[in-house]
Amino acid sequence: MPVMNMVQALNNALDEKLGADPDVLIFGEDVGYFGGVFRVTDGLQAKHGLTRCFDTPIAEGGIIATAIGMGAYGLRPVVEIQFADYILPAFDQLVSEAARLRYRSNGEFWAPLTVRTPYGGGIFGGQTHSQSPEAIFAHVVGLKTVVPSNPYDAKGLLIAAIEDDDPVIMLEPKRIYNGPFDGHHDRPLKTWAGHPKAEVPTGLYRVPLGKAAVVREGRAVTVLAYGTMVHVALSGIDEAGVDAELLDLRSLVPLDIEAITASVRKTGRCVILHEASRFGGFGGELSALVQERCFDHLKAPIERVAGWDTPYPHAFEWDYFPGPARLVAALRRVMEY
Amino acid sequence: MNNQPRLTLHIPEPPARPGDHPDFGGMKLPKAGETMRPDVDAAEPTMRDMPFGLIRVLDDGHNAVCPWDPHLEADVLHRGLRAMMLTRAFDDRLFRAHRQGKTSFYMKSTGEEAIAVAQSLMLDRRDMCFPTYRVLGWLMARGYPLLDLVNQIFSNAGDPLRGRQLPILYSARAYGFYSISGNLGSRFGHAVGWAMASAYKGDDRIALAYVGEGTTAEGGFHEALTFASVYRAPVILCVTNNQWAISSFSGIAGADETTFAAKALAYGIPGLRVDGNDFLAVWAATQWAAERARLNLGATLIELFTYRAAGHSTADDPAKYRPADEALQWPLGDPIERLKEHLIVRGEWDEERHAALQAALEDEVRAAVRAGEAIGTLGKSKPELGSMFEDVFKEPDWRVIEQRREMGV
Repeated sequence: MPVMNMVQALNNALDEKLGADPDVLIFGEDVGYFGGVFRVTDGLQAKHGLTRCFDTPIAEGGIIATAIGMGAYGLRPVVEIQFADYILPAFDQLVSEAARLRYRSNGEFWAPLTVRTPYGGGIFGGQTHSQSPEAIFAHVVGLKTVVPSNPYDAKGLLIAAIEDDDPVIMLEPKRIYNGPFDGHHDRPLKTWAGHPKAEVPTGLYRVPLGKAAVVREGRAVTVLAYGTMVHVALSGIDEAGVDAELLDLRSLVPLDIEAITASVRKTGRCVILHEASRFGGFGGELSALVQERCFDHLKAPIERVAGWDTPYPHAFEWDYFPGPARLVAALRRVMEY
Repeated sequence: MNNQPRLTLHIPEPPARPGDHPDFGGMKLPKAGETMRPDVDAAEPTMRDMPFGLIRVLDDGHNAVCPWDPHLEADVLHRGLRAMMLTRAFDDRLFRAHRQGKTSFYMKSTGEEAIAVAQSLMLDRRDMCFPTYRVLGWLMARGYPLLDLVNQIFSNAGDPLRGRQLPILYSARAYGFYSISGNLGSRFGHAVGWAMASAYKGDDRIALAYVGEGTTAEGGFHEALTFASVYRAPVILCVTNNQWAISSFSGIAGADETTFAAKALAYGIPGLRVDGNDFLAVWAATQWAAERARLNLGATLIELFTYRAAGHSTADDPAKYRPADEALQWPLGDPIERLKEHLIVRGEWDEERHAALQAALEDEVRAAVRAGEAIGTLGKSKPELGSMFEDVFKEPDWRVIEQRREMGV
């Protein structure tokens, strides 16, 4: 089976969808001839043609607006916002238009667009190339938000997102584009080679939106994570030496509430890990849901391990980043409660 | 010390406020026939004076003059006149319905009826309009059922949008009418994307979009123009300059400095400035832009110069910020009166037939409102409650399913 990193898996998904469906097209800043600043669309214009994968003006609101209009016509546009930090000029289009079009028109119009955008830190990107804005999208009714943590899921989720008839935002953890990252920034870089989830089948397959994956089974505590933090969680769990169950949510909206509640009811403890700032973060919603549905099973307070409530600081990137040490501390607190 | 003057901050003000005599003296109005008509395939650099002219067909004697006269059959003009009169009769009746407490909100398009009606009749049924809330005439010109409008305005059990939208924020795909939202200008770019999709597919459908002059200040307006220009999208982008954005006169949107049609210059697309109260001029300019679009020559920006004769909405009192009789002094007259007089001059209409049509349309509207009232005015009748939870997504997720169950519907 072919071994791919996440960039190659995403590229492969786009390549195969372009080949299979003439209504799929790709556009965004620098995605055409050049192939995107992270190379996700590399070679697609040359292979599929100028109108299938092309560059846009630097106007994120215009990119999303154009995609919505194309979606209303019947196409399935896949757009790239170069960094999730730059998606905010398109916020009105996503919130007021893409997310609401089906509802407000009573199903006459809808916007089956897919927005791909690299997010997250750990690349010395400073505050404008490191943010994790998933919570602000998850809050918007009518938008779906997914976050892959490995090449296999990246391809399958992207194909499912493109085929979905609702607007989907796919946040791509850019820190793990080229290799899994366990949060130990001082250790040598790893590649995806040898990782089981780097084996990516050719041909179209789907990872359904709304299904979490159990990455590690355990009985003592449930850890909820997504994106880069799945790998950080694995190392943190190992270092804490606890029998933790790790859920990779993969999809925040729709959320696999059954997998979450089943796991926490089994373990009786829950630690939530995300890179975004804690206050108002998606962990708050997860914590509330677990409390509402698993209160009688809980043996310890729910813990949130997250980025600090500061902008992402360039010099203090690894102080901000919620690495394994912070997770270990949280795991020990819930186990010793 | 230097001798330079101290800086002063300029805040534009309209020429007349309440109590003043309306003043349109500063307005430069070319006579009908004065503004040239370039060939449809003319190169953009040869048309750069167009944004500063004014396309007019009807002269002061109500005759149609060249070069923009579209030479329309009387039958088309009768249909246009009827749709304009129906729009106004409907607006007047539903505005009163709001005052009678039958609904929460209403917005009239009084004085602007020629624009949407002419463009709706001129464009093909397969084309798509991306409307504002002031283009009811588009639907009237295509025979949209009045009862469906009334039911939408009452948010009752018959509401085609099942009570989800503020009154008049219609959606009517079968009539080439895209869903309206209350946000300004956010669908301008959708029209460009829709038109690009038609071009991508090799189809022959084109899009038309509206914004008001106030909305030209929004970033989305400029993004849409940039995309329309870059990709030569087959789209007609219209700015309805009705002089007032709620209480802000057009100078607050930049009208003192240049025309809205002139925004096209920076994007390298043609910018036409059209007498929006002249049915024939609106038709002719739209036809010109549509031909260009269908010939793969790209987008056109059209400023439709008109006057918002009514308040912004039922929540607005224009007497608080402009002279009460300003609409009556508007130098380009009333679009219905002008088309009526033109038909009379052509020998195709008379006062009696006009009065009879007016009475018939008022009856038609009254019957539709009564039928809507029989279903129920706002709050007296509602769509099925459970439908509130539908169409959030194509398929509901567990949140919507659980919450619907929690409500017991």
